[in-house]
Amino acid sequence: MPLRTLLASLALVLAGGAALGAATDGFRAFTTETARRIAVRDHPVAVPAVALQSQSGARLRFADFRGQWLLVDFIYTRCPTVCLALGGDFAQLQRLLAGPIATGRVRLLSISFDPAHDSPAQLAAYQQRFGDLGQGWLAARPLSADALLQLKRTFGITVIPDPYGGYTHNTAIHVVDPRGRLVEILDSGDAQRAAEDLRRRLGS
Amino acid sequence: MSRARRACSIGAAALLLLGLRMPPVKGALEATMTAQMLLLMPLLFVAGALLRAALPARIVPRSAAWDYRGITGLVLASVASVFWLLPRLLDSAVSQPAVDAARYVSIPLLIGLPFSVSWPRASFIVRGVFLLECVATLFRMGWLYLIWPHRLCNNYLLDDQQRLGQYLVLIGLAACIAIAAKLLWGRFDALAEAPPRASAQH
Repeated sequence: MPLRTLLASLALVLAGGAALGAATDGFRAFTTETARRIAVRDHPVAVPAVALQSQSGARLRFADFRGQWLLVDFIYTRCPTVCLALGGDFAQLQRLLAGPIATGRVRLLSISFDPAHDSPAQLAAYQQRFGDLGQGWLAARPLSADALLQLKRTFGITVIPDPYGGYTHNTAIHVVDPRGRLVEILDSGDAQRAAEDLRRRLGS
Repeated sequence: MSRARRACSIGAAALLLLGLRMPPVKGALEATMTAQMLLLMPLLFVAGALLRAALPARIVPRSAAWDYRGITGLVLASVASVFWLLPRLLDSAVSQPAVDAARYVSIPLLIGLPFSVSWPRASFIVRGVFLLECVATLFRMGWLYLIWPHRLCNNYLLDDQQRLGQYLVLIGLAACIAIAAKLLWGRFDALAEAPPRASAQH
């Protein structure tokens, strides 16, 4: 009976190990944040064709950016914490990527997940605060609740209310290729690296 | 008598599981990482343990041949527990219905039930190893949640994660104290009744 128990236990450990490997993308992703980075790298996803309104009040669609590389982040303009870092990243990216932005090959897009509050004027003020150069960086809000939901689902953005009347949300720099597919998710807080990543893609 | 007992335990487990599925209860127990891990999951474990009395009378003695000293059952419970310690699964259990369903099925059936069947069979050493591993896991996970500077779950706040870490470490400490007290002053029937080696079952 010890032998049967040994065999049964070994089988359980092996099966458990295999299942654990499957549940963690081969022991690579133990958090949702890592998992979504691996998922889009392995299987790029098409971004939804939803309508947005920019900081100038103009209507945009993701299809308008076809043929360009797009760096996307998700923000809300009242955010006192991580969005400040993201805003700083994007202002820095605007300078680091000034060349490809001038030739129309790269665009930066900040999308608000708080469209009720973030009017075009608020979005423009948000960009002003970080020293927007006025070229290549768009801030926009989705025009419907459904559009916001689709964006959050596709990009893997989770927004939860915090105790101070604001939101806590996961942050990253999302790379959308000229065919309109989300192909890479980069850590925020490192504009230099994101710029290098994009230059490498432009070079290839 | 035994049929009544069986019906009773199935009823109690079903009632508990249904109660935990009710939207207000489920919502409250999933609202924080702390409640999910320290209330919802232990209650699912209890639902599985209640099902032990519902097992057909023959199954438990028959399974003993494959469960020497309770080892297989405790291995199964341990392996299944690992999944529900992962931040990724705590996170997606809240946002993905399939993972949510897997949690409601697997914690009772793969952790609570095998534990309740195998624990009474487990020898002193087996129990000791299992408890030591539980305490170590409480400290490991507690420490991780306590010191990690970023959120590990997208659905939960950082202070919630750190509070859970504190509670896990405190529960680990309490378990250490309880185990020490048991070792110093407790009664160990298993030791007193242990048969001589030669007559060990084969």
